Amino acid sequence: MSDPVLRIENLTVSLPSWADRPRAVDGVSLEVMRKEILCVVGESGSGKSVMCKSILRLLPEPHVRISAGRIIYEGQDLLALPDEGMRSIRGGRIAMIFQEPMVALNPLMTVGRQTDEIIEAHTTLRPADRRKRIVEVFGDVRLPDPVRLLSSYPHELSGGQRQRVMIAMSLVLEPALIIADEPTTALDVTTQAQILKLLKELQAKHGTAIMFITHDFGVVAEIADRVAVMRHGALVEHGHVGDVLTHPQHAYTRALIAAVPSLMPRHVLRASDTTQPKSNLLAITDLKKSYASRGGAFSLTRERVRAVAGVCLDVPKGRSLALVGESGSGKSTLARCIVGLERPDTGAIRLEGTDIAGLSRAGMRPYRKALQMVFQDPFASLNPRWRVGDIIAQGPIVNGTPRAIALQEARELLRLVGLDPKVADRYPHEFSGGQRQRIGIARALAVKPKLIVADEPVSALDVSVQKQVLDLLDELRTTFELSMLFITHDLRVAAHVCEEIAVMKDGAIVEHGSTADIFARPQHDYTKTLLASVPGRAWQSKCANR
Amino acid sequence: MQGFWRRFLRNPRVALGLLWLAFIVALAVGAQIFAPVSPFAIVAKPFEPPLGDFLFGTDSLGRDLMSGLIHGARTSLLIAIIATLAAVAFGTLVGALAGFYGGFVDDALMRITEFFQTIPSFIFAIVLVAILAPSGTSLVIAIATVSWPPIARVVRGEVLTIKSREFVQAAIVAGQRDIAILLGQVLPNTLSPLIVIGSLLVANAILIESALSFLGLGAPNLMSWGFQIGAGRPFLRDAWWLVTVPGVAILLTVLSINLVGEGLNDALNPRLRDL
Amino acid sequence: MGSARLLRYVVRRLLQAVPVVLGVVVLNFLLLQLAPGDAATVLAGEAGGAPLEYIQQLRQRFGLDQPVLVQLVHYVKNILTLDLGYSFRNASPVLPLILARLWPTLLLMGMALFISVVGGVVLGLLAAVWVRSWKDHVISVVAIIAYAMPLFWVGLMLILLFSVKLDWLPTSGMEDAAAFYEGWERVIDIARHLILPSITLSLFYIALYARLMRATMLDQRGLEYVTTARAKGLTEEQITLRHMLRNALLPVVTVAGVQVGSLLGGSVVVESVFAWPGLGQLAFQSLFARDLNLLLGIFFISSCLVVAVNILVDVIYLLLDPRIRVG
Repeated sequence: MSDPVLRIENLTVSLPSWADRPRAVDGVSLEVMRKEILCVVGESGSGKSVMCKSILRLLPEPHVRISAGRIIYEGQDLLALPDEGMRSIRGGRIAMIFQEPMVALNPLMTVGRQTDEIIEAHTTLRPADRRKRIVEVFGDVRLPDPVRLLSSYPHELSGGQRQRVMIAMSLVLEPALIIADEPTTALDVTTQAQILKLLKELQAKHGTAIMFITHDFGVVAEIADRVAVMRHGALVEHGHVGDVLTHPQHAYTRALIAAVPSLMPRHVLRASDTTQPKSNLLAITDLKKSYASRGGAFSLTRERVRAVAGVCLDVPKGRSLALVGESGSGKSTLARCIVGLERPDTGAIRLEGTDIAGLSRAGMRPYRKALQMVFQDPFASLNPRWRVGDIIAQGPIVNGTPRAIALQEARELLRLVGLDPKVADRYPHEFSGGQRQRIGIARALAVKPKLIVADEPVSALDVSVQKQVLDLLDELRTTFELSMLFITHDLRVAAHVCEEIAVMKDGAIVEHGSTADIFARPQHDYTKTLLASVPGRAWQSKCANR
Repeated sequence: MQGFWRRFLRNPRVALGLLWLAFIVALAVGAQIFAPVSPFAIVAKPFEPPLGDFLFGTDSLGRDLMSGLIHGARTSLLIAIIATLAAVAFGTLVGALAGFYGGFVDDALMRITEFFQTIPSFIFAIVLVAILAPSGTSLVIAIATVSWPPIARVVRGEVLTIKSREFVQAAIVAGQRDIAILLGQVLPNTLSPLIVIGSLLVANAILIESALSFLGLGAPNLMSWGFQIGAGRPFLRDAWWLVTVPGVAILLTVLSINLVGEGLNDALNPRLRDL
Repeated sequence: MGSARLLRYVVRRLLQAVPVVLGVVVLNFLLLQLAPGDAATVLAGEAGGAPLEYIQQLRQRFGLDQPVLVQLVHYVKNILTLDLGYSFRNASPVLPLILARLWPTLLLMGMALFISVVGGVVLGLLAAVWVRSWKDHVISVVAIIAYAMPLFWVGLMLILLFSVKLDWLPTSGMEDAAAFYEGWERVIDIARHLILPSITLSLFYIALYARLMRATMLDQRGLEYVTTARAKGLTEEQITLRHMLRNALLPVVTVAGVQVGSLLGGSVVVESVFAWPGLGQLAFQSLFARDLNLLLGIFFISSCLVVAVNILVDVIYLLLDPRIRVG
């Protein structure tokens, strides 16, 4: 264990002059031991991804280039190797797995051929032997029907299968080290749990060292032997996983760990709340919505996809309800139907008794005020050509408030969401992701709604910012006695802000109950799987008990 | 906006293009001053070689080639610009309606657009001018009719992208009316690709106009570069300048517009190229 | 690729082409309505020359006293049975006139399409490989100049240089009719005549595809799958030729399909410059004879030609991109 397979010494990576900082990685020294999983943790801009790309010299040179340091592998400095020597290391001795397997694989080449290329490039094996090896390794990563898969194209596989192919490609020549750059971030929670388990098993079986880049301390707790924490291009802290998680030395590490939403429900409903059910703000009955799908941009056929398949759901007044589901579960479509961005095929949505489901765009207008939305992408949700004040005042102005008054109210709202009222005259591009999300919240509040539908409002944000925005939403909701429908894929986030949880799968609600009940006594199998898939669950419950 | 002008004007290709365009536009605007005699007037012996009494010599009838070039600049630019404006207006309307309303409207409008893209557009333009009888107006109609489909497709694509952006959905949720969303939120964000493709279409319109005039379908009472080349063509062997000089004028003008158009594109959509 | 899948695709595309062809017929009819005088005089050749009885006969046949819609139905029926009418100028039905000119145009178009796609792809690929070097700059500058040259002028300049000054290549026609060449000698003669027109016609498109190819290759370079290929230990040549080339070809094939119509339009100009005996030259001649009926026939047949070539291009795209699903 004490024998390093890779030693990074004082690595410095310079950025081009137009970047916001001079260096992406600033004097990092780090060792990866044989047969260990080292997790490198950091938020966006920490330099973790650039560091791991520089090991195989995959940086977009000449703009981003290594300006100092050494990377020692088996006694030789990788940075000093000639190109040919470097090529024999890549894929053969050190392999890499990327975040988004859909774009990391060539769409026009079968996955079998893409794997074959590695063996072809590094060995003199004959085609038949290469094929045997590929089938073997596809079996190792538990891909179904490996022989048939050889001639499949990436688009024919599921996201999880594609990532298994990437892992198979990295394993095919049994390298000494695998660098995995956020390999589970683009996957659903349950798939992520499977891939993490697989990686750990394979690592134990083959004794490969893995350098695992992630932003999620839950994942760290799940698989790491050692942890290295990075911030602004520098190494903040590193050590054994148990030590760092339980006794973080550096303030930044402590803050990061504290920002991970806990699995303990924050809002425990009092007995009176549960026995006297509140009246419903929104009552959804048997809602259905399907799309004519062209099967992606490349298909010539149309088929219908059922996104929401008969949902019944009540949102009580003044409560927050989390709608939890994985991608494709139909949770976003349901949300869009509620705020009137989509017209459902059948079913009813009763807003305080009035059915708004079948209304036309014009007919919907009087009810818009009551139903507001906070969007997912803080960069796409604000019109780049409008001033922040106008963006927030837009709703009230449409609803007849004089412009001057609406703008004055917009300034008040900015203060309320924790921004300087003076920023009303600025344009969106001057703000960070977290600040933009605050502006989005202010916009939703401007028309004094009864229900806020928040569609994954923090999934595009870093963990530390995530927590601030969640806390803000929670606080405002309580202050204004709003109802909230919170769409998320992350049970931890749901536990943090919501009193009730509804679990959605394949267009239907499979379970609905108070957050405490769902966490303590999940009834449906799928809910149990979801809960078991939350990364770092064991660690968090240990922390909670302490 | 400051960044835009700096990126735009500091580009040497743009500067060269703008310089030539300024020259041509000045000639076109001041054609009566620079060449007061009608370009159709016979002023000397036929086939005077260049650099004699006349800078570019005279043609087969003894008309001053230079005077023709100056008046030709006016014809080419005027027809190209009016035709492009018409094409942009119509194409934007079609594209915006198709992209914004989607569904049946989109299907119908896009089938029509694709149809106009499929048919051989130059032959269609020839047929149109032949039927309408050659004149400045028919040239404008013909060029605009074959030029709008790419505009419609680009605008539709942009509108579709912007429509799916969350700020437009936020405007819907806020209760804004369709027309206000289309005009206030969507279309202003399609402006930059529209400006770029519009400028490139002017270049294309000049090429179509010159080809039609070359084939003898130009406006009979207007001097144009394509007409000059067509008129000089039988004498290619002995009076090479009659064909070469107007061709160079077309080449430089089209090239300049393309350079400026690309410069606009680079300046409006700055991205770290070739990173 | 199953041949059944391919067949199904072609059948589907053929069905999709039906409304386009019908659209062209309707458009032709509308153009006839737009022309001065009634359709019969137009069809008989405007400048006169057709006997009065024929015009009367035409009026009757098209039922010009009947409502426009009835006329339209007549017209569509005639065209769809490939009755394109009669050209008085040429004293012949329109269809055989057009068919006789079809294959020279196909030869010229096919050659130009081939030269422009291959030339454009190769030049664009090289420019991308040599990006930012002087070789890249030379290719880019030549391309942007070629992109701005009027076709007919390029043709005249090439004639001036290669035929008039250097006397290497013939100025016009498709073959030396007086020489009565046979067999291979005839092929070589036609090939010599084909060089200048096909280069003239393809120059603009070489520039277009080279610029597009260079841009897409550079875009591909930044994509993740290229990084993956590099991380696998492949050489730069392998990455470029095996991975990036095929991906970058897709947009070029798409644009080449869109440009078929404009290529055919360009051939009108080129054929009239080089006296190439194809559809374009026939169009040019009918234009001067004011033989509108022939002109509309050419427009119809060339539209069908574009539709056919488009289907061919789509099939090539289908073979290149496995992501396209055929229902």
